[in-house]
Amino acid sequence: MRKAALDCVHELSQSDDRVVFIGSDLGPGVLSKMRAESPERWFMEGVSEQHVIGMAAGLAMEGFIPYVNTIATFLTRRCFEQVAVDLCLHDLPVRLIANGGGGVYAPLGPTHLAIEDISIMRSLPNMTVIAPCDADEMRRLMAVTPDWPHPIYIRLAKGGDPVVSEAKNGFSIGRSITMRGGSDGLFVTTGVMTQVALESANLLAKEGLQIAVQHVHTVKPVDEEGLLPAIARVRAVVTVEEGIVNGGLGSAILELCSTRDPRSLSKIHRLGIPDVFPKRYGSQQTLLDEWGLTVSGLVTAMRNRIRNGVPDE
Amino acid sequence: MTPMTVLDERSRHLRRLVIDALKGGGRGHLGSSMSMVEILRVLYDDVLRYRPTDPLWAERDRFILSKGHGCLALYALLADKGFFPIDELLGFCRPESRLGGHPERGKVPGVEASTGALGHGLPIGVGIAIALRIKHSQARVVVLTGDGEINEGSNWEAAMSAAKHRLSNLTVLVDYNKLQSYGPTSEVLDLEPLTDKWRAFGFAVKEVDGHDVQQLKVALASLPFEASRPSAIICHTIKGKGFPFAEGNPEWHHKSGLTETDIHAMYDCLK
Repeated sequence: MRKAALDCVHELSQSDDRVVFIGSDLGPGVLSKMRAESPERWFMEGVSEQHVIGMAAGLAMEGFIPYVNTIATFLTRRCFEQVAVDLCLHDLPVRLIANGGGGVYAPLGPTHLAIEDISIMRSLPNMTVIAPCDADEMRRLMAVTPDWPHPIYIRLAKGGDPVVSEAKNGFSIGRSITMRGGSDGLFVTTGVMTQVALESANLLAKEGLQIAVQHVHTVKPVDEEGLLPAIARVRAVVTVEEGIVNGGLGSAILELCSTRDPRSLSKIHRLGIPDVFPKRYGSQQTLLDEWGLTVSGLVTAMRNRIRNGVPDE
Repeated sequence: MTPMTVLDERSRHLRRLVIDALKGGGRGHLGSSMSMVEILRVLYDDVLRYRPTDPLWAERDRFILSKGHGCLALYALLADKGFFPIDELLGFCRPESRLGGHPERGKVPGVEASTGALGHGLPIGVGIAIALRIKHSQARVVVLTGDGEINEGSNWEAAMSAAKHRLSNLTVLVDYNKLQSYGPTSEVLDLEPLTDKWRAFGFAVKEVDGHDVQQLKVALASLPFEASRPSAIICHTIKGKGFPFAEGNPEWHHKSGLTETDIHAMYDCLK
């Protein structure tokens, strides 16, 4: 997914003189072709995220479209004020490409785990928050980024994620995608939790439960008109995100229903990262297992929600 | 260097405009604004290229007031130059006004960046300077920071970058009035040796008396100081310059609840 995103930055830079790239201190050779072709629009600025965001803002004020890439935690926690003031207050078209959303950097520990990135980016006026589910969808997203007039936070997964998105569904910022229909329950997902939800829905189908999957690649602005009917037509809704439950996708759905469809609130259950810093290392899968963000975790949550009104006991 | 400059009528006039705004808002950063009046006066009278009726003119020099709390002085200059009607100064900080306690891009003609949170102006200025270079523009970027403001590490990140990119089209002015909100900068977080610091970060540096119009003119006329480096000017100033009760007095960093008597006392200082 990261390779797809950066390849797209390179391609965009060839056809659009407004595109510039800024990395902090990335691995050797990142976007070396772009660097060779357009050295005046390629920057590696060092471990200085506060400066990098301000610099991107300055370039955007002059008509450029900066694509900024570094590790998700450093792009959100370290320079939150710069993102808020320099990018969001000025409402500038800067694109933040964030490596390692959720538990991707599990072996590196909690300083590197982007658990709350979606929540805090979502809290900022003018910010758009997007978590594609696979590399193909990333390419479709990147194609529409040059002309989106606001800052965008783009959350990357581990890479090599199974491709489940389909070209026929297209990609519009702010419009969710029905990955699978179903009348009994609904998984509302973002990022690579969409793959887990699809697999879970397949298993539940064997039990006779028809479960829909709505992929919400754009967590903000959330697709109100697409989600409300999907939520209204089922008995149970489980939101699934590889992010902390405070303020993320699940919260966005609760907020939506609290104003537009309060009767649906009681059928919604949120799955995500609990409100604690992870204590274990291992792999991303280690943490997903711990958080219950697995096929069995999703199946149990949905089954119980439908049958008992109880989410995950 | 101790600035002892006597203020001429132009400097007193601009200070009266600042007091007009203070009077309208009943509050404001008096001390922080008065230390930089001569710096802005020389920039807008003699150095910067701009068009008040076309504030986004592509070839304008970009001035960023990074110490946004000094906006009273910037508003006075912008009004004086015709960016907006001078009467608007009286609306300072009022609900319907575009002149807030910190300046905002898109609201106030002539304001390049919304500042107030400190340490943002220089990184933005670096980005603009790079953008202007890519566009082969002759326009320049000038960033005015406070002294307390450069406690923020983001300034020094940006300084390293400015030197790396050899941004000779970028100039940093430091309003070195030696007082931050709590007290002397030498006690809160000492900046010295400040000139050596900027030099070590790759800037060509000069020092001036920041209230001496002639010194400022000479220094600013010789930009860039070196062909392949960004420039920095340490402007030695006095917080609250022109108002004996406020000069060097941290109590006047910011004042609210200003009375008629306070305002009269201020105007009296400028007679």
